[in-house]
Amino acid sequence: MIESVVQARNLVKSFDDLHVLRGVDLDLFRGENLVVLGKSGSGKSVLIKIMVGLLTQDEGSVKVLGQEVKDLNSRQLNELRLKIGFSFQASALYDSMTVRENLEFPLVRNVKNLSKQEKDKMVEEVLDSVGLLQTINQMPSELSGGQRKRIGIARTLILQPEIMLYDEPTAGLDPITCMDINNLINQVNEKYKTTSIIITHDLTCAKVTGDRVAVLLDGTFGASGKFEEVFENAEDGRIKSFYDYNFIKQ
Amino acid sequence: MSGESTKKEKVISKRIDRFFMGLESAYLFVKRFFKEVWFPPYEFKEVIRQCYQIGYNSLPLISLTGFIVGVVFTNQSRPSLAEFGATSWLPALISIAVIRAMGPLVTALIAAGKVGSSIGAEIGSMKVTEQIDAMEVSATNPFKFLVVSRVLASTFMIPVLVLYTDFVALLGAFVNVHANEMTSLSTFFVQVFDALSFLDITSSLVKSVIFGFTIGIVGCYKGYNSTKGTEGVGKAANSAVVMAMFLIFIEELLSLQVTNFFRQL
Repeated sequence: MIESVVQARNLVKSFDDLHVLRGVDLDLFRGENLVVLGKSGSGKSVLIKIMVGLLTQDEGSVKVLGQEVKDLNSRQLNELRLKIGFSFQASALYDSMTVRENLEFPLVRNVKNLSKQEKDKMVEEVLDSVGLLQTINQMPSELSGGQRKRIGIARTLILQPEIMLYDEPTAGLDPITCMDINNLINQVNEKYKTTSIIITHDLTCAKVTGDRVAVLLDGTFGASGKFEEVFENAEDGRIKSFYDYNFIKQ
Repeated sequence: MSGESTKKEKVISKRIDRFFMGLESAYLFVKRFFKEVWFPPYEFKEVIRQCYQIGYNSLPLISLTGFIVGVVFTNQSRPSLAEFGATSWLPALISIAVIRAMGPLVTALIAAGKVGSSIGAEIGSMKVTEQIDAMEVSATNPFKFLVVSRVLASTFMIPVLVLYTDFVALLGAFVNVHANEMTSLSTFFVQVFDALSFLDITSSLVKSVIFGFTIGIVGCYKGYNSTKGTEGVGKAANSAVVMAMFLIFIEELLSLQVTNFFRQL
């Protein structure tokens, strides 16, 4: 039986009068890429932020690698976070640091007794794996949107996480760069043997990267399964219109 | 009519609620600082980097302002003393004014504008671009890295800047006194130090430490709690300056009362 690395049950989250999640159930199995689709503001990012303890749910439970996230103390939460890579929508690179310093930041704080040579080797290796070794001494402001995304992914990979959470990895990028990022997600999954959740509203990204897709509608999952199963025979008008709009109905 | 007054009451009650919630959140922020400052990991490198940013980068502005304050204050005080034929008391008068009040106050107000706004804007923009969240998910305590380091640096560096401003302002005063009364450098500084007491210098340094802490913690608090995108960053920087300046004046007033109490003992 395949192990479930993330398990959410009856997850409820509201912001004042805005009910974002209304009883979400989710299972993420080891080694798979799960794509969570949904409109802007449907609560996709909230869902993964609850998984890393950046937000706390109002009701329900989220177990990551067998641990109930909301019950962890700060030390236990930090230990869990080391096993999770979180790639932010706007990359969230530290503006005042070079690419090298950005990548070293999680490393020097979480891996003890690392020599300079070892540190340099790890940084160069992970930068090479996203194809941006030449940017090592550049500032984030000197990079393009696609490069920033790649560096953001590299920064999460440096601690070799078991789970990768991608928040809108292709948002704001041109179609060619989107394809590059989609391929990178697949390469990362293959090379680092990660289990991933990819939050997006880009169906091309969902099709290329996802083993399974789940569509978040009105605070719960409206449909889930393989891409073709969900979209090709969709009866729900909201899912159909999502598909038609993304691929410009022919 | 009664509907209108109920509406007004609601608005006032909301404002009062917001004021007390703000006070509570500021109290919790300061409490968190004092809780986290003692325990490892210590971000020494970041504290030193911030000391450089706050101290060294403020030197040109502080030098110019301090020098001008010294020259102008001497020039403005001369006519009053000249009426009594007491221009020889200028060095003593200036030293007391500069060390007791003007040096710390001028430095703190300039630092509130320069350092406070930059801390508020930097942390605010990190907050709205999710950089603080990124630190948190990489198992780093952003409060320790960003807030504790900046508040410590500002608390250490403002007293150093105050000493420097005092020196530069006295130098400016000397230039003016020398040009008008032909007083030598040694005579000027002998008179300056004769007029000062131990209490003057310690009270000046103690309040500089308090000013430094205020500038750092207000800038960090405003930045850390900024919302609403780039508009929020601007607001954070602006309110960091306004709030820090307001608190500095209140602290100046309180420190004056405390120092006078000790002076009368």
